[in-house]
Amino acid sequence: MPIFGLFGRKKKSSAAAARERLQILISHERQNRLGPDFLPDLQREILDVVKKYVAVRDDQVSIRLDREGDASVLELNVTLPEN
Amino acid sequence: MAIVVTVTSGKGGVGKTTSSAAIAAGLAQAGNRTAVIDFDVGLRNLDLVMGVERRVVFDFVSVISGEASLNQALIQDKRLEQLSILAASQTKDKDALTEEGVGQVIKQLADMGFEYIICDSPAGIERGATMALHFADHAVIVTNPEVSSVRDSDRILGILQSKSKRAKEGGKVNEHLLITRYDPVRVDHGEMLSKEDVCDILAVKLMGVIPESKAVLKASNTGFPVILDAESDAGMAYSDAVARFLGEDRPLRFVAPKKQGLFSRFLGGGD
Repeated sequence: MPIFGLFGRKKKSSAAAARERLQILISHERQNRLGPDFLPDLQREILDVVKKYVAVRDDQVSIRLDREGDASVLELNVTLPEN
Repeated sequence: MAIVVTVTSGKGGVGKTTSSAAIAAGLAQAGNRTAVIDFDVGLRNLDLVMGVERRVVFDFVSVISGEASLNQALIQDKRLEQLSILAASQTKDKDALTEEGVGQVIKQLADMGFEYIICDSPAGIERGATMALHFADHAVIVTNPEVSSVRDSDRILGILQSKSKRAKEGGKVNEHLLITRYDPVRVDHGEMLSKEDVCDILAVKLMGVIPESKAVLKASNTGFPVILDAESDAGMAYSDAVARFLGEDRPLRFVAPKKQGLFSRFLGGGD
């Protein structure tokens, strides 16, 4: 044990940082994973409908599902071109 | 009916093949007829770790394509009578693994009287890996206490829970966590995720903790499963893990730093 380790407060360990980062990342990734299977299809079909009326690129439409308590929020974002 | 155990991890280099060899040998040692299959088509290595590389004539893919019979391709281990190895193909394309073909080989092994079929998964989440986990009854998730390995293990758990045959039929694959390359000293110093951290994050039942050990390289150098090195820490830790898998209750060993003498402590020595 290094003698300096006995004095003062050690700064947060790197293992603790790893644990925190993983907890946040994995809970986020699990939420996406648990999303319904139809989400990509839904996104594609909505995109097709929007395209019938406005010229938008694929990346100008985003769709996401957020869970807040016992409710789910489906969020659709379409960036319309200037004119 | 044979029990299919898939050894998987997502990430490469964490110890899947070492663990597959050790688990297969451990199950055979305990008296179970065991076959271990290398699913890493194109990059086979289980043969080398098991020390049978010079005896491979036919392989997994040649059985699936009908070029050889399963009997011709199975390599009987010379140390353990109950253990057989099915090597991966070194040349063929990984698309050669079809769900139907893999299913037939597993069924044939079961019909031959094998009690355990260990599937050594390749890294990644492509065909070889998904085929390896498709028929799993049990999955051993091999994880290093390190961020990218833990994340990839979680990804593989997601695939097990959605894409495996059992999951698709509304059931569940039994999951077991095997932490490898564990360094208790570094954990003690806060430089490495602890086994509790990894268990909490992945929420999978712990099957064993294998310490970082010189015995593992020594075993692969000479081509024998490290579990047969009964004097080594890694060998003993694998034996414990296999015993736990078979339902025995064994305490964890090699998870606390070795006690250092006063002398080496002041010199900052020890390893």
